[in-house]
Amino acid sequence: MTALAVRLRFARTGYGKVGLAGSLLLLALIAVGPLLAPYDPSAIAGLPLQHASRQFPLGTDGLGRDVLSRVLWGGRSIVGLSVLATSLAYAAGASIGLLAGYTKSILDPLLMRAMDVLLAVPPLLFLLVLATGAGRSIPVLVLGVATVHVPSIARIVRASTQEVATHGYVEAAVARGERLPALLGREILPNVLGTVLADAGIRLTASILILASVNFLGLGLQPPAADWALMISENRGGIALNSLAVAAPALLIAFLTISVNLVADAVARSLGTSTDRKRVAR
Amino acid sequence: MNEHALAVDDLRIELVSGEPVVEDVSFRVGHGEVLGLVGESGSGKTTTALALLGYARPGVRIANGTIDVAGTRISGLSEAQVRRYRGRLISYVPQDPAAALNPSVRVGDQVGNMLERSSEKEAHVDDAFELVQLPTARDFRRRFPHQLSGGQQQRVAIAAALVCKPAVVLMDEPTTGLDVVTQANLLAQVRRLQRELGFAIVYVSHDLAVVASIADRIVVMYAGRVVEDGPAARVLSEPQHPYSLGLIASVPDPREPRVLRSIPGVAVGVGERPPGCPFAPRCPQRIAACEESDPRLERTGGDRLVRCLEWRRTPTLAPEWRAPSGALPSRPASLLAVEELRAEHRGRGDAVVACSGVSFAIAQGECVALVGESGSGKTTIARCVAGLHAPARGRVLLDGAALAPLAAGRTPDARRRIQIVFQNPYDSLNPRHRVAQSIARPAQALRGYSRKAAEHAVADLLERVRLPARLATRFPGELSGGERQRVAVARALAADPDLIVCDEITSALDVSVQAAVLELLADLRAELGLALLLITHDLGVVSSVADRVLVLDQGVVCEQGAVRSLLASPEHAYTQRLVAAAPTLSVR
Repeated sequence: MTALAVRLRFARTGYGKVGLAGSLLLLALIAVGPLLAPYDPSAIAGLPLQHASRQFPLGTDGLGRDVLSRVLWGGRSIVGLSVLATSLAYAAGASIGLLAGYTKSILDPLLMRAMDVLLAVPPLLFLLVLATGAGRSIPVLVLGVATVHVPSIARIVRASTQEVATHGYVEAAVARGERLPALLGREILPNVLGTVLADAGIRLTASILILASVNFLGLGLQPPAADWALMISENRGGIALNSLAVAAPALLIAFLTISVNLVADAVARSLGTSTDRKRVAR
Repeated sequence: MNEHALAVDDLRIELVSGEPVVEDVSFRVGHGEVLGLVGESGSGKTTTALALLGYARPGVRIANGTIDVAGTRISGLSEAQVRRYRGRLISYVPQDPAAALNPSVRVGDQVGNMLERSSEKEAHVDDAFELVQLPTARDFRRRFPHQLSGGQQQRVAIAAALVCKPAVVLMDEPTTGLDVVTQANLLAQVRRLQRELGFAIVYVSHDLAVVASIADRIVVMYAGRVVEDGPAARVLSEPQHPYSLGLIASVPDPREPRVLRSIPGVAVGVGERPPGCPFAPRCPQRIAACEESDPRLERTGGDRLVRCLEWRRTPTLAPEWRAPSGALPSRPASLLAVEELRAEHRGRGDAVVACSGVSFAIAQGECVALVGESGSGKTTIARCVAGLHAPARGRVLLDGAALAPLAAGRTPDARRRIQIVFQNPYDSLNPRHRVAQSIARPAQALRGYSRKAAEHAVADLLERVRLPARLATRFPGELSGGERQRVAVARALAADPDLIVCDEITSALDVSVQAAVLELLADLRAELGLALLLITHDLGVVSSVADRVLVLDQGVVCEQGAVRSLLASPEHAYTQRLVAAAPTLSVR
């Protein structure tokens, strides 16, 4: 842990350490959890809605499935899908933003007005319409969540691209006749990356929350899949009998978003101070 | 009344960690005297100046020493106490008026805010505006800073400094960013005010030529210490400290086409000062004792002080004149020709003409300078030549063949042969690329080198620009301004060009660093037969480097000719004004 903290500049702060520890713990839980699960997550193991006992540490759900096993399995989908959706969103948003910010042609207004249209639609409404229209499959879900993020990423990237493009090193590259992909990828992208990644954590948590909401509303993953958000939705009917079946997945989602946010904040704060040696007052 | 307007004794300013920034600084300023506090970046001159206001920047503290202004001790007072004296006893004119004036407060109020509430406030502000020759109309006082020109903004700052009639005015490079003519006017005005009102001035600057035109007395600082202190004329004509000598030898002078001599090595930063004399590593006359103990400031007679064990051995100032760049007509046909160039900037509304009807030619190995004030269109011409701006009319020819307006349309060979080095070394290198990557890229892109061959070439190129090979793995953020500009030159050289366009490449650098970069350019011309198109506002630079010069006034060439004759006897009224206003070391 300490060795890692030294290597990763962001982890030198207290919040960064806490966030990193929390995130790693959850990742470990998600990775190893299914191996430790005492029961098959979709098998009916006992009577429905039992309290916590030695046999079922977190009780059972409305169908009599073991809540602990479902919790141990249920992080994979939500974390995997939100990471996937967020990465896709960054790839698409950054490409659009770089292109729109650098070009002075008609492409810029075309791309950006399209982004504005997307931005005007409330995310959940968009996802609901998408799920209804295109079916409730995982690819549609991921693409939908990614699309929600693309406009705001594109706008941020475009703004910093416009700023970076005025620098001498970009002009030097233009003067030596570099092609567009090299200009954008080599000269501009590395310099806007800091700004762009500063909010990666917030976006990841936003993806988690959107996915959780969609799953909760029953428009995302379908039962009998084990998923934290889905579990909250399934088990809220039995909350009076076995409250742990709702509380455990809810707490885990909260823990996950808080840890990721702490890491993201620490990363963002460490970015500006990377290699720049601060000069002392003259 | 007290003997001195300002007395500083044994001042020591250190970082919170205890590392000294300024140490053992003592000097006196008499009533009505102008003291020039000269030093380069990192010499501690601004830190010292701020300390005179009883102020230390965050992270820095005044550890020791006394400061007396007109007999009042202002050191060791609390912030609340010292505030009572600021403005009244000692006031401050900051470096950049555009940043120092509050953009959302009317200029009249900015000056008035210096005064306590009084019925005569208006009248005092009026007087202050009149003093600095600003219009006193109510309408003018109600303007916001952005509605004034740079020179006017600086006058507002000076008016604010003078309105309380202080005994000492601190001026921290008040003319940086101003055009030479504006600068000369402002200096003349400051001098006049100072004579009329009799206040003392501490004028902080890295520019010896400007200081020479205003100061009675000069204090030279190096690595946080005073190294020389004496009457201005004597210090400038017969410096006793080897650093002062080096500094003077590196100032280009429009009236004397001297060969510039830079000081070897680089200035030491805070925290890397060697034991003993901090200048010893760069000093041509050091002896063993220099590296052991820091010499004391020694009185050398005639009201002069110097901090050097071997000051008697400091050579006399012996300017070396540039060999006249004769044989111009015998040069081969022109390498680059610009014909009837007209360039415009298109904003939302009408196009603004940057330059028009500009024609000139550069021969192989020749150095042509384009001189003008800001807004004269010189940078736009440079960008047209480099293919970064499409001219509205006219052509750029290379070896007699017309070039496409934009770099993307030019042949790789044409792009290779014309390289550009930009003004600001802090943004001309990609901060995310290592030095080696930055330098290797043009060789790969324009000369078809393999990655390996290009990386191999990097070491040679670094050596060519006199940089150690170990810098190859650094990021630009880890380099000084001078080092970055050398890397930018190396990047241009990597393409094996015939012509390098130098757009104000030394304007962001200290004088001694500027001298080193100009020296490098001169050497490269001699070694490689490079032609240079030098864009500058500094006639001194022109005089020490260029063969021919074109003077631009609002986008039109108003005079051109061989450097020496043009600077010696300018004919156009604009050129005459420029030459007259250019600061020079030749004593006023």
